[in-house]
Amino acid sequence: MDTYQLTVNGQQRTVTADPGTPLLWVLREELKMTGTKYGCGVAACGACTVHVAGVATRSCIVPVSMIGDRPIVTIEAIGDDRVGKAVQDAWVAHDVVQCGYCQSGQIMSAVALLKSKAQPSERNIDESMGGNLCRCGTYPRIREAIKTAAQQLK
Amino acid sequence: MIRGRSGSLLVTIFVLAISAVWLAASPGSAGQTAGRTVASDTRRDAGLAAWDQVYSVLTHPRCINCHTATNYPQQGDDRHRHFANVVRGPDGFGVAGLSCATCHQATNANSTGAPGSHNWHLAPLSMAWQDRDDRPLSSAQLCRVLTDRSKNHGMDGPALLKHHAEDELVGWAWEPGLDITGAQRTLPPLSRPEFADATRQWVEAGMPCPSGR
Repeated sequence: MDTYQLTVNGQQRTVTADPGTPLLWVLREELKMTGTKYGCGVAACGACTVHVAGVATRSCIVPVSMIGDRPIVTIEAIGDDRVGKAVQDAWVAHDVVQCGYCQSGQIMSAVALLKSKAQPSERNIDESMGGNLCRCGTYPRIREAIKTAAQQLK
Repeated sequence: MIRGRSGSLLVTIFVLAISAVWLAASPGSAGQTAGRTVASDTRRDAGLAAWDQVYSVLTHPRCINCHTATNYPQQGDDRHRHFANVVRGPDGFGVAGLSCATCHQATNANSTGAPGSHNWHLAPLSMAWQDRDDRPLSSAQLCRVLTDRSKNHGMDGPALLKHHAEDELVGWAWEPGLDITGAQRTLPPLSRPEFADATRQWVEAGMPCPSGR
C-alpha cells in the first residue's frame, strides 16, 4: 500500500491504496464519491469516465499510481464548470435520463467534447460519444442535449 | 590485290590486338564490370535478406496494429478492430471524449491490462502498412511505402534506423506488458537490438526493396 496526494474537484485528498488500484475504486471506496459508476471494468462502456487534467479518462483501468499531480474532476463537481453546467441543464431540459446508470459518464464525455469542439457536428458527436454505452437507448436525447448545450454556450 | 589484302589484314589484326590490350588495362574492363556487378548483387542480396527480417517485425501485431489504413486502430494478435468504437481522429490521437489518452497512459498498466507508452497514437495514414481490408501489405509494397520520403515524414535511411532503434513508442513493442487477462502480450520475432541491426544492414545496403507487387 502506498499513499497518494490527489487533487479531486479542486480539493487535496490523501488516500492509501495499492499502486495498481484503479482510480475508480479510490474515488468510490476511499473517497466515497459514488457518482462515478462501475460498468464493465474494462473501459468498454464509459460509465466510469472522469476528467484527468481535462482529458476524459476511463477511471476503471487507470491505476491510481499513474495519476500523479494531474487534477481530477468528477461528476460531483462538473456543474461548477460553465460547460458542465450547460450540459447538465440541457440534460434536464431534454429529460435525457432513463435508468441513469451510465449518465454520469455520458455527461463527462459530452463536456470533454464541447470543451474541444464548441459547435460539434453530427459526426463529432457520434465519434466522441461512441464509447459511452446506454442500455436504455437514450442516444437520441443525448444527441439533442449536446446540441442544445452547444447553442447555449455560443 | 593479294598484297593489298594481306596488308589490310595485318592492319586489322594489329588494331584488334591493340584494342584487346587497351580493354584489358582500362578501368572499364569487362572483367571488372562483371566483378562490380557481382559485388553489387551480393550487397543487394544481403540488403534484401536484412529487409526480410525487418519486414517480419513491421508486420507483427505489436507494430502493424497501429499502422492501419482504416479509421480505427486494431488490437490483439488477431488484429481485431479496437473495441469501444475507438476512432483515429484528425491527427491519430482519437477524438475529444475518446482520445487515446482516455485509457492509454505513459506506461503499461499491468494491474488492469491497459497498454501504455509515451505519446500513444496511431501512425498517419501515409504510413499505413495494411490495405483497407486490414491485410498487411506485401513485402515489396511495404518496403516502397517505408522508403517513400513523401509518406514517411521525410525520413532517410539514418532517420529510419534511429526511429527503429531509439523511438520510445516503437520500443513499446518489446515491452508490451500484460493484457486484460494477465497474460504477457506476444513479442515481435526479433529482439529490438536484432531489429536495429537488421535495419542497419538494410540501410547500409542502400535500402533495396523486393521487386514485384
